Amino acid sequence: MGKFVFKLPDIGEGVVEGEVVQWHVSVGESVSEDDPIVDVMTDKATVTIPSPTSGVISSLSGGVGDMIAVGTTLLEIDVEGGEVSKEEERGAEKEVKPTAPTPPPETTTSEVPMQPPTGRVLASPAVRKRARENDVDLSNVRGSGPAGRIRHADLDAFIAAGGAISGAPPMAYSVKRTEVTPVKVVGLRRKISEQMSLSKSRIPHFSYFEEVDITELESLRQVLNSTKDETQPKLTYLPFIMLALAKIMPDHPECNAHFDDEGGVVNRQGAVNLGIATQTERGLYVPVVKHVEAMDIWNTASEMQRVSGSARDGSASLDELTGSTFTITSLGREGGLGATPIINHPEVSILGVHKAREMPVVRNGDIVVRRIMNLSSAFDHRVVDGANGASLIQDLKRMLETPALIFM
Amino acid sequence: MTESRKCQVLVVGAGPGGYVAGIRSAQLGLDTIVVESDKAGGTCLIRGCIPSKAIIHAAERFESLRQHSVEGGHMGLTVSGEAEVDMGALVSWKDSIVDRLNKGVEGLLKAAGADLIKGWASFDGPKSCTVDNGGDSVKIEAENVIIATGSSHIDLPFMPCDEEFVLSSTGALDLETLPKSVAIVGGGYIGLELGCALAKLGTEITVVEGMSSVLAIMDKEIRRPLELWLKKHKVAIHTDSLARGAEVKGKGASRKVELTFEKEGSEHKVKVDKVLVTVGRKPNTKGWGLENTGVRMDGSGCFIRTDRQCRTSVPGVFAIGDVSGEPMLAHKASAEGEMVAEIIAGHKREFDKVAIPAIVFTEPEIVSVGLTPDEAKERGEEVIVGKFPLAANGRALSLEAEKTGGFIRVTARESDHVILGVQAVGSHVAELHSEFVLALEMGALLEDVAGTVHAHPTMSEAFHESVLKTLGHAIHIS
Repeated sequence: MGKFVFKLPDIGEGVVEGEVVQWHVSVGESVSEDDPIVDVMTDKATVTIPSPTSGVISSLSGGVGDMIAVGTTLLEIDVEGGEVSKEEERGAEKEVKPTAPTPPPETTTSEVPMQPPTGRVLASPAVRKRARENDVDLSNVRGSGPAGRIRHADLDAFIAAGGAISGAPPMAYSVKRTEVTPVKVVGLRRKISEQMSLSKSRIPHFSYFEEVDITELESLRQVLNSTKDETQPKLTYLPFIMLALAKIMPDHPECNAHFDDEGGVVNRQGAVNLGIATQTERGLYVPVVKHVEAMDIWNTASEMQRVSGSARDGSASLDELTGSTFTITSLGREGGLGATPIINHPEVSILGVHKAREMPVVRNGDIVVRRIMNLSSAFDHRVVDGANGASLIQDLKRMLETPALIFM
Repeated sequence: MTESRKCQVLVVGAGPGGYVAGIRSAQLGLDTIVVESDKAGGTCLIRGCIPSKAIIHAAERFESLRQHSVEGGHMGLTVSGEAEVDMGALVSWKDSIVDRLNKGVEGLLKAAGADLIKGWASFDGPKSCTVDNGGDSVKIEAENVIIATGSSHIDLPFMPCDEEFVLSSTGALDLETLPKSVAIVGGGYIGLELGCALAKLGTEITVVEGMSSVLAIMDKEIRRPLELWLKKHKVAIHTDSLARGAEVKGKGASRKVELTFEKEGSEHKVKVDKVLVTVGRKPNTKGWGLENTGVRMDGSGCFIRTDRQCRTSVPGVFAIGDVSGEPMLAHKASAEGEMVAEIIAGHKREFDKVAIPAIVFTEPEIVSVGLTPDEAKERGEEVIVGKFPLAANGRALSLEAEKTGGFIRVTARESDHVILGVQAVGSHVAELHSEFVLALEMGALLEDVAGTVHAHPTMSEAFHESVLKTLGHAIHIS
């Protein structure tokens, strides 16, 4: 029996430490080579580290939420035989793929055939049966009954609204809710929290709002979507906005930059690498579409779909999650008139895109119906003057209102 | 002669899992065959739940008759002459009940349109088997298979059951004469149910149990009234004791069996008329070609591995009841059987029960539904617990059900008052369980039960009161 000491391998360019998000093993458990042992969260991605060897886990370093530096001991494994140092080297080189945290293995229900009475969902058998027949996961339905019990009315409301309404209005409660649920801020949530604090405390934001008439852009989009071939992606507004930004950015170099505020240098970026803020089940990710300045509308659309897809399903690589020079946050689906987005430090600008809707507007003295989209933007006022920021948005507005300009 | 048959659903075993699956499947219009080598009804009906309850009831009657036949009688009722047991006649009476139910099950299968084939099925593939019925055989190819082969008694290799001196529970239900003394190896619910009944009939009982208490599946507080009853009825209990062997001694009609067991490092012997072995049950996974079906076993290697829909690792092959895991209870098997038939018919179903009730028909009876206070705490719940004694319930007094020191205990979550579990111990409490389990399935709060009017005078008022007690304002107890 030898003891194999496994240290946190170098898991990505420039990554010096990682946060333990989830252990897949515990002390005393046997593991085989390549079994997942731990999820480690780095600056951008969660990496599942496989076991470098087979054996029995004899110790683990660090609990969930602890930071572990690259090269420090992660765990020790009791292995058969004695070729310990060699194994270690091999282990450190083992390829690690950033992935979403592996879900816990399915429990065989022969051991746990019933839902424990302490389970989250409280609903009568008839409600549970109806939910199953309608393919509704009751954990998504808010119960309006006492103690959050899901009533038929809640299920009715949920089904009628296609999931948009999570339950019926509350009825009289016989019991006041007093529970407090502590949720430990770890992993991605902690990263988001730190990044937001950094951005908001260091950067004096100034925000700027504008509305854009996209009636013509909408016609163009409809035409392109109805004439595109099957291999081409369906176009949303976003690729047009991205392409327009890439087109005008050379005139606004102060907006497409990284501000090294400790070094006192603004690094203006030639590349237009657009971060697309993407809400995933695990939280906010910002996958990056790189070099939009060198793409056409179809490339932009398909690349955006690809990177946001990999962010959503957890397969995004570190490279796909780093290197943005400007960030777009699309607030479209939920509506809303304006927002004050937070700049993604060390970037200096961010653009928020809102839901387009038909609005009455005055044109040549008449009230007409036009399709209007609101834009919210924020700039780092230390290095971008108000006039410069406004100028970028006005140029963008011009492009979107006369979309032919995007392609000139 | 070999006949060939094809069907949509083949059910293997006609116990409480299999026959229910067969009836439901036929009701749903599926072409259904049920194969059973014994009488329809399974262990539960033929040599388990039903016959044992019949004997337990008879024993109860006998015990009360004896109370009335002593000098001065009881409750002002006196019977002249002594109550007597005719074991052969008692067993025939029990058999008549079993027969009725057996015929009932066969009739129900037939009425629903399921085909019952008698014989032993041997599988040569996941969905094909040959049923041998002494000479003739039927080859069956099925689209779906429901394995419901049940479980059987566990024999101790060093003292196998001969059903003459060393009995299994099956033998204990078919006694020709009442034994004067019985030693029960294994103080679980099967052994104790029979032990209580025999004790009431006048048999001297010794229980040899390997663990540190009898009926270890129940918590200390709940089993306490049972332990007191056993003590009062002079049942000798040896815990932390392991049976080592049984030897038949003597000649002719005076033959007895001597049980040897080890307790605290020393060897003990007890000479009795019969030894009853009730150390547990094992799933029936051998002798019918399970190995040819490709179905995988669970982590323990004992049970067939199934998911929440009772699907095995082979598509179209399901396993239900005792063969697919704990709890090995008839009502779990039936519920699974019903569900699987509906799944095969294309309905969306999942085994999502909040609780499977467990009842022990000892004296006093014990019921457990959902979590005990300790189990709830182990799951990190903050709980409130309330108890109400049957001694404070009018109906219980009129039934003399309070004599065994019973009570009802309710456990609820402190924050939202959701009922997490109910246990009861006492005479005649078994039937009360249906309200407990309904409360759990409906996700009832203490306030739901508190707000429901319970008829007076009934023992169910004790449940209402135990809930009020949990809320801190019981009426009939301070």
